[in-house]
Amino acid sequence: MTVSEIAERLSLSPLTLPCGEREIGGAYIGDLLSWVMGRAQSGDAWITIMSNVNIVAVASLTDVACIILAEGVTLEDHVREAAEQKEVNILCSDRTAYELAKSLAGLIQ
Amino acid sequence: MNRYYYDFHVHSCLSPCADNDMTPNNIAGMAALAGLQIVALTDHNSARNCPAFFEAAKKQGIIPVAGMELTTAEDIHLVCLFEELKDALRFNDAVDSYRIRIKNRTDIFGEQILMNGEDEPIGVEEDLLSNATTLTIEQAPALVEEYHGICYPAHIDREANGVIATLGTFPQSPPFSLAELHDGARKEEYRGRYPTLSDVGILVGSDAHYLWDIRDREYFLLLEDEPYSSDLVRHNLFKALRGGLQ
Repeated sequence: MTVSEIAERLSLSPLTLPCGEREIGGAYIGDLLSWVMGRAQSGDAWITIMSNVNIVAVASLTDVACIILAEGVTLEDHVREAAEQKEVNILCSDRTAYELAKSLAGLIQ
Repeated sequence: MNRYYYDFHVHSCLSPCADNDMTPNNIAGMAALAGLQIVALTDHNSARNCPAFFEAAKKQGIIPVAGMELTTAEDIHLVCLFEELKDALRFNDAVDSYRIRIKNRTDIFGEQILMNGEDEPIGVEEDLLSNATTLTIEQAPALVEEYHGICYPAHIDREANGVIATLGTFPQSPPFSLAELHDGARKEEYRGRYPTLSDVGILVGSDAHYLWDIRDREYFLLLEDEPYSSDLVRHNLFKALRGGLQ
């Protein structure tokens, strides 16, 4: 299922969506970026509450399909701009990482 | 120019995780025994034991610096240092409005004791001090500067609350001119691994929570001190810190 389809099915608000057609193959949850860098897989939906600009760099590096910000976390404008530039999809939701992962698990093959 | 042996990262009994023996006079006495000349008190999210520490340090001939170890919203620890005690206390009041209020559980976290210059308890801090504030790492330096202070990431060589573990690298933004290592021997290793550290001055802090964590003097800064006064040394210290020790 693609990022755009997941966004619609889970009612996630897109903050940036430059590549909505990317396929989501799995999920990773984590907030310590040093851990995420070494563990998230290409094509994952990465669920986090971290909103520092470095999430954009980590998403590019790991080639995740999208970042999902949980629990109502928002982005500062400069982070959103950096994500647009690097073509990183960022979605957000008021739900917890657990609730998001539970719903995602039913949709990802 | 003279050598000033320093430790800018020491906790008192106000920090929940620090030993209750970390009283202002014990810290100053231990620092004097260790041969240190400039010592900063940096309790978690509070500078309220700094007035007592100033009194205690003066008795030992140590130059005190008022500070705080701020926990950012990302759970990153920043050492904040102030040239003037009164500015540190004003910064303390400003930080109060960014604290997330949770009652301290002394059975889990430890006591948070406020003291006077005679090591007498004068109160306790009721809310937990060590948890994250709502200040982001992007916002914190500007707030510190408002009170004429300087801040830099603490113990960047540690997993817990270190900026590199949390953000994946040493960030370019906000631009820090300094960084603290817990293990000074790792300076070249860290500079080699993180190019963003190449122009950043490296300080070594003990992050002492127990008296025996205060290490024998090893790390020093060269500071101009003629005609000698502790205020002049402190002033030149901040000049050096602001310049990233260049």
